[in-house]
Amino acid sequence: MNTNRRILGHIYMGAFLAYLMIPLFVMAGAAFNDSKLPTVIPWKGFTDRWFIDLWNDNRIWGALGNTLLVALAVVAIAVPVGTAGAILVNSISGRVRSILYGMMVAPILIPGVVIGISTLLFWNQFSVGSGLHLSVLGQVSYIASFVMLLVLARLQSFDQGLEEAALDLGATHAQVMRRILLPHLYPALGAGAAISFFQSIENFNVTLFTRGGADTLTVYVFSKVRSGITPSINALALIMILITLSAAIWYEINRRRKAKIEAARESEARRAEALEM
Amino acid sequence: MHDLFRRYGMGLTYTFVGLTAFWLLVLVILPDFKLLEASFRPYLPIVDVGGPKDTYSFNNYMQIFGNEVDFNSFGLHFEIPARIKVFVLTIFYSAVVTLVTFLLAYPLCFYLAKVASNRSLPTLFLLLFVPLWVSEVLRSFAWYIILTLKGPLNAFLMAIGAIEKEIRWVEGYSPVVITLVYAYVLFMVFPLYNAMQSLDNNQLEAAEDLGAPWWKIHWRIVLPHSKPGIASGAVMVFMLSAGSLLVPAIINSTTGNWFTQTIQGIMMEGQDWNAGAAFAFMLLLFCTVAVTVAMRVFRVKLSDIAK
Amino acid sequence: MSAGIDLDNICCDFGKFRAVDHVNVNIQPGEFFSFLGPSGCGKTTILRMISGFTDPTEGMIRIGGKDVKGQRPNQRPTALIFQNLALFPLMPIWENIAFGLEVRGVDKVTRRKKAEELLALVDLHDSADKMVSQLSGGQKQRVAIARALAVEPAVMLLDEPLSALDLKLRQHMRAELRAIQKRTGVTFIYITHDQGEALAMSDRVGVMSQGRLQQVSNPRDIYNNPVNGFVASFVGENNILTGDIGTRADGMASFATKLGTFRARIADGVTKGKLYVRPEFMSLQAKPGAENSVPVTLTEVAFEGNFISVHAVTEGGFDMVAELRNDGTGTVPQAGTKMHMAFDARSAAILPDSDTAGA
Repeated sequence: MNTNRRILGHIYMGAFLAYLMIPLFVMAGAAFNDSKLPTVIPWKGFTDRWFIDLWNDNRIWGALGNTLLVALAVVAIAVPVGTAGAILVNSISGRVRSILYGMMVAPILIPGVVIGISTLLFWNQFSVGSGLHLSVLGQVSYIASFVMLLVLARLQSFDQGLEEAALDLGATHAQVMRRILLPHLYPALGAGAAISFFQSIENFNVTLFTRGGADTLTVYVFSKVRSGITPSINALALIMILITLSAAIWYEINRRRKAKIEAARESEARRAEALEM
Repeated sequence: MHDLFRRYGMGLTYTFVGLTAFWLLVLVILPDFKLLEASFRPYLPIVDVGGPKDTYSFNNYMQIFGNEVDFNSFGLHFEIPARIKVFVLTIFYSAVVTLVTFLLAYPLCFYLAKVASNRSLPTLFLLLFVPLWVSEVLRSFAWYIILTLKGPLNAFLMAIGAIEKEIRWVEGYSPVVITLVYAYVLFMVFPLYNAMQSLDNNQLEAAEDLGAPWWKIHWRIVLPHSKPGIASGAVMVFMLSAGSLLVPAIINSTTGNWFTQTIQGIMMEGQDWNAGAAFAFMLLLFCTVAVTVAMRVFRVKLSDIAK
Repeated sequence: MSAGIDLDNICCDFGKFRAVDHVNVNIQPGEFFSFLGPSGCGKTTILRMISGFTDPTEGMIRIGGKDVKGQRPNQRPTALIFQNLALFPLMPIWENIAFGLEVRGVDKVTRRKKAEELLALVDLHDSADKMVSQLSGGQKQRVAIARALAVEPAVMLLDEPLSALDLKLRQHMRAELRAIQKRTGVTFIYITHDQGEALAMSDRVGVMSQGRLQQVSNPRDIYNNPVNGFVASFVGENNILTGDIGTRADGMASFATKLGTFRARIADGVTKGKLYVRPEFMSLQAKPGAENSVPVTLTEVAFEGNFISVHAVTEGGFDMVAELRNDGTGTVPQAGTKMHMAFDARSAAILPDSDTAGA
């Protein structure tokens, strides 16, 4: 790898990151521009009025409340369902396993529009009308797949011997689950809950068809873009970006701290090993 | 089953089976069957549902025909039903999105996998993940701002003298493609990176040592090795693009309609759920065929894509 | 407290493959019993059947005289030490050890106290609050033993627990395991493919091959009086000669080979076999002996410290090995010299091949 091409690589990496970031900065910048339309050009001066507008917009707060409610419900259903699916797939083999696995993964690839409409029609025949409860069910149908994949990956690093050891020591199946398997799965369950939460907040397609009259944030932003938009949306965007970013950074710092502790333990084990010689 | 009982006991096994059955049957399979069934029934006033007029037919599917419009691009010119045109163009431009994301992601992934130092990788990945933490509706909205006539892109291009008059970006399919590429490029980056990362550096050095020019190294070694990553990235990006409703709806280019918008129109404005079901089922069918073909062509399994 | 185990004609099939084939053995309470054999001989399956993870296809298992058919692993008075130890990585050491008590509903103070007692027993003080990843291989070993002892099992089952350790530590742990067994009086059933381990620790050893128990006896008998060629070869080195059995008298028989006729021990009923004699029973002489001696040319002499290993070849091109004890006075023979290798008729045996299902 010669130096020129290496430099070219650095430049490309930088350009790509700029490409990813600039739209976000443009959007964030528009939140402070004293212009009726959301834009950064022309710059009409700094203002905080869009944040005040946002604060006074009751519909947004209602939509935010709905979004969080749906997201929590999705987490509460998708995590146990996806985990059960992963455990099941992990403990069988052969043809049944690949069919089951295929059925569990397929919902990720089904277009959201299809999930939304099919959920709506299915529940409608039982006279269950549209509303956020259907949004929850529709979202769970594919978000559970993400949980399943995460838990399955974690299960594959699980030593089945631990279950047997616990059983051999007299534990019941429920005790094995609670003390051995679930603690091993916690990182995956946490990641699964986080992904479910964010996927649910993100969701537009399924929600649009199933929501009935209720608003969620994405649907609200969408309707605003259609019906005349003000930069208070940008203010909201900025706040959301900051919240998710701090969550991501907190998660990363936490991960690195844990890795450090584990490294320290392993070096202690190596020292003990050396003493035995 | 016997193994499951032995491993988890009766109670837990039934819980697992019950939860999984709820998911796959009640949330996935039965709704899709209902979709199929509804798509063959006519759109009737409530009093007529279940009555003599409620018979199965292909009428809903036939609605894709009719309303002939001019098809005039790629040097071709003929009459085509409007909805078929939208369907075909959706697929075509989804493929364009897929190709562009691949071209953008390939050099980046090679850099990440083979050039960047191990020390800087965690930070680079953290930065790459940032857009994924921002919701899709906001990312689309950002491009809506950027692409407006008096927006920053035109202002920037005029300032550096690249153009003299503002370009109308929001016209036809290009703004949709631009935004879709931005929204989904990372779904190409991660699988492609994973595939390239597993390539042994010695292979590259051996090829270089044998005198292969750089493009040949990529064509004969890196590209074939990355095939599973390309396949899963391409399937993901294509499906997300073809199924996207948010991006085309936000960009709202009147001359660049997406098939999902057609479905939305039938469902929301027309309130004809049965025709909507038929169109949704066509989309589902097409996607299933597309994924199956892609898996056959690239010889990858569903489990490779799911990574 | 400790219990005996009776394996009564047990078999175990996996599909068409018979992993364990009519095994019969009575293990006494408080005995240290080893199953010795190569990998795939069925010894681990026996252990899993005793602990309840696998059901025998045929036969009966009695622990303390009671049939345990239908009892799940968590109901049996056995404690298994896994080959990879299977310590719970997310619990501190003391919780690992007290896990069996925890699931029996013992309160925390008692658990903690018991864990510390057991840590003292296995010589691991001040480690109660450490995590598993902080321990060395040998320390993990001790924790696994303490964890198994915590549930006060009547029988301890050990599945090659030392195989992950390096040689020196392994030898140290042998002595320790044996000491713990004597101290607690619990019946130990030990699985290993390492003959040194089995012979050094056990009261009795059962040698297995292809699912069948070949011989059950004390270590000295297993080594000195193997019942067949498999046992003889598996638990040590041999010079093996092929030939035909001739006249027999008083448990001895003549054996005609290409190198001449020899005399060796033979059991009743053996009609076909080979002659086995261990290298350390061979001696080197300048002159041919009265019987059982072969003229050879020394090819390789290796001085190994406590013994001298001598490789030689006979006139017919047959390789022979002798191990001579280094008594500190004798001279070391030189490669290339012509000498005679001889052995005592009582230290050689004519043995049939192994006992397989077809035989």
